[in-house]
Amino acid sequence: MAVTLGTAGELTRRRFASLGRPALIASTLVAGGLTLIAVIGPWIAPYDPDATDVLAAHQGPGARHLLGTDSLGRDILSRALAGARLSFAGPAVIMLISTILGTALAIFSAWHGGRVDRMVNRLLNVMFSVPGVLVAVLSSAVFGSGFWAPVLALGVVYLPYMARVVRSVAVRERHRGYVESLQLAGMSSWRICLRHLVPNVLPIVTAQGTYGFGSALADFAAVSFLGLGIQPPAAEWGVMVSEGRSELLDGALQQSLSAGTLIVVTVVAFNVLGAQLSSRSGGRR
Amino acid sequence: MTIPAHRDLVLDVRGLRKTFHSRNGGPREALRGIGFSIERGSCLAVVGESGSGKTTAARIVAGLESATSGTVVVTDGRAGGKTRHGVQMVFQDPYGSLDPRQAVGAGLHELLKIHGMRRRADRRTRVSELLESVGLDDRHAGRYPASLSGGQRQRVAIARALALNPALLILDEAVSALDVSVQAQVLNLLADIRERTRISYLFVSHDLGVVRQVSDTCIVLRNGRLIESGPTADVLDAPRQGYTRALVDAVPRPGWRPRRRPA
Ligand SMILES: Nc1ncnc2c1ncn2[C@@H]1O[C@H](COP(=O)(O)OP(=O)(O)O)[C@@H](O)[C@H]1O
Ligand SMILES: [Mg+2]
Repeated sequence: MAVTLGTAGELTRRRFASLGRPALIASTLVAGGLTLIAVIGPWIAPYDPDATDVLAAHQGPGARHLLGTDSLGRDILSRALAGARLSFAGPAVIMLISTILGTALAIFSAWHGGRVDRMVNRLLNVMFSVPGVLVAVLSSAVFGSGFWAPVLALGVVYLPYMARVVRSVAVRERHRGYVESLQLAGMSSWRICLRHLVPNVLPIVTAQGTYGFGSALADFAAVSFLGLGIQPPAAEWGVMVSEGRSELLDGALQQSLSAGTLIVVTVVAFNVLGAQLSSRSGGRR
Repeated sequence: MTIPAHRDLVLDVRGLRKTFHSRNGGPREALRGIGFSIERGSCLAVVGESGSGKTTAARIVAGLESATSGTVVVTDGRAGGKTRHGVQMVFQDPYGSLDPRQAVGAGLHELLKIHGMRRRADRRTRVSELLESVGLDDRHAGRYPASLSGGQRQRVAIARALALNPALLILDEAVSALDVSVQAQVLNLLADIRERTRISYLFVSHDLGVVRQVSDTCIVLRNGRLIESGPTADVLDAPRQGYTRALVDAVPRPGWRPRRRPA
């Protein structure tokens, strides 16, 4: 599995941004549909995703089990649908952490400027230079596997990407006349930042958050695939790709393939949507 | 600092110096000791070529920048804090002077609220008054800056500045980016406001036609030094300095009446 780090490369991002309106609509539909599945997945799953049935193990796709069953006889479609929730929860919390902290840091830095801004910049450069998945792996090694260790680590790993993008927009806004007028009007720095700067950087925050969500989903699944995140028998896409490996030898591709496909489609949909939003928010005014 | 009793000064600036220390390149002396004052209710124009220090002087008076040395005394009849609410400023760029994500009315409400106008009904009345005073009306309250023209935006910026009842309004090239006809409307508006209230203006401009029209007194800056000052007509009609003469002789902008020549 390819491990995408925060930015799947500027080139890819620019290519996604240049795709135009059809790509915006398609990626919105796909990302929206997958998000819906993440919410209602466990309820629309035809079978209990954890119910084992050794007599029905290793079945190919058929009428009873659309995507067949795994080595324990669990319904793969049900596991893919129900697993969407956990697979989305990881990147959602990762982006929540990196967005809140990254935006706060960016606005703080842009507001103070000068030496504070230079120091924050240096800090971000240091954070960029640390390989992300390594941090997640180390975090799991130290704090144990599961949901929180990799999620907290990846939240910090994604922070500088958010901070860098938001900072550049915030610096631009900071020096517009309206901010200085508000200062002259006696408005507190807090209020100016929260009520005026934040709304003005929100479009780029949304775009970067959407873009990062796709990449974070891949990273989170990768950590589970490596056995350091979500543990079997929980239904989660990274776990499913990993569990499906043993079945590959028997020629049963469905489990790895279906979970892997879902991951790739989700990553691409969110990356494209994020790049589209960002190219549309950048050109305003 | 004593102010002569017979003159009611809203602003008194003395020995103002400002040296910028950029990180690359040496220190840059933007102001090299200038002084000027504004009588209450009058308009002082600051003219000079680009880079002469006009904006720097205006920003220091507003409190947006600190002076390297010198004194700035604002007498607005209120206790002076770190930022002076008695001094407001309208900036040159009509596209940057308003928060693009806030409707005109909401922005005015916010200003009035943080200045203690608690009751919504009071604020609503005042917002209507303010919009009217700049030639707009309640229909503009729900509009966002993107749907306003450059002239309308500067009107809103002026209304916002007036909301705080400043004793001094600084206009830094506030009409320079506007079309000539719109410029004339805004200038007339400023003249009306000055007649109605006893507000004073610090009017920064490189356009001498405009300066002649709006200001009572004028100072000429060059390279951070004050080289000439006095009643506007005297300075512009009979410049004593070659530099001022060159400014006056520079091609007038289209749309302005030709100047009266000194006899
Ligand atoms: N923030 C700043 N940092 C460094 N130099 C500045 C800064 N602001 C203005 N200057 C310099 O000070 C001089 C005066 O600038 P300014 O006051 O903007 O002139 P004007 O408004 O008359 O065009 C210019 O040489 C300009 O480069
Ligand atoms: Mg200037």
